[in-house]
Amino acid sequence: MVVWTESELSIINSIFSSLDYEDIGPKALCRCLIVYPWTQRYFGGFGNLYNAAAIKSNPNIAAHGIKILHGLDRAVKNMDSIKETYAELSTLHSEKLHVDPDNFTLLGNCLTIEIAAKLGDGFTAETQGTFQKFMAVVVNALGKQYH
Amino acid sequence: MLSKKEKELIIEIWEKLTPVAADIGSDALLRMFASYPGTKTYFSHLDISARSRHLLFHGKKIVQAITEGAKDISQLTVTLAPLQTLHAYQLRIDPTNFKVQLFSHCMLVALACHMGDDFTAVAHAAMDKFLSAFAAVLAEKYR
Repeated sequence: MVVWTESELSIINSIFSSLDYEDIGPKALCRCLIVYPWTQRYFGGFGNLYNAAAIKSNPNIAAHGIKILHGLDRAVKNMDSIKETYAELSTLHSEKLHVDPDNFTLLGNCLTIEIAAKLGDGFTAETQGTFQKFMAVVVNALGKQYH
Repeated sequence: MLSKKEKELIIEIWEKLTPVAADIGSDALLRMFASYPGTKTYFSHLDISARSRHLLFHGKKIVQAITEGAKDISQLTVTLAPLQTLHAYQLRIDPTNFKVQLFSHCMLVALACHMGDDFTAVAHAAMDKFLSAFAAVLAEKYR
């Protein structure tokens, strides 16, 4: 079972309450599709992803980015039961969407970079460590129902 | 792998960072130690607390090596030859540490913190590709 210290809980809550999901969600997803272009394979029905400019102005991608952040919010609100909270989502990503779980880490990396760019020096090494622990738990939970 | 524009972008970024080489390098190292405590085992003989002399010195060395490598990416194998030998035979750092999840990732985070919005997705992609190539070349002499 994942154990969170008071400090870690406080850091995660503080990070997410400082984020505008409507801004950072689209940015993180766009970054992922640009930096790791093979991830575009899961977005065939989303319209024009031809280049960075097209991706950044694609409304379907933006909407999806926001959806993802709200999904992460569920983990933030249920830190002690992330695995259970994500059971359904995990099954969805495995059986319906067929997403290789390695991709969750890639999106996680892009979100980390977006948050780092936003918080600057405020994203200290300790803060990053805690955030990465949270993302590792999230990624693990999302991969749990794959078999 | 890297387009002409990407190579120019990479050189431009690293030249701009030369005055803060020690800060960026030591920041990246510190982030790696905080996120991946296993990496500290390679530095047990040094003082790697924040702003320590050893950390700043090592951070600066790493950024200087990366900046040198950026100047002519097609010649990475030549530029890095002495470092390849050092890492393979003397330091023997497990090369998975160089990679995406560990040092390179933390270097990217340090760049994002430092550059804010200037660390665009396009710059990020170019830098990630360059650091991957750098890490791969560094590990070439291991076996």
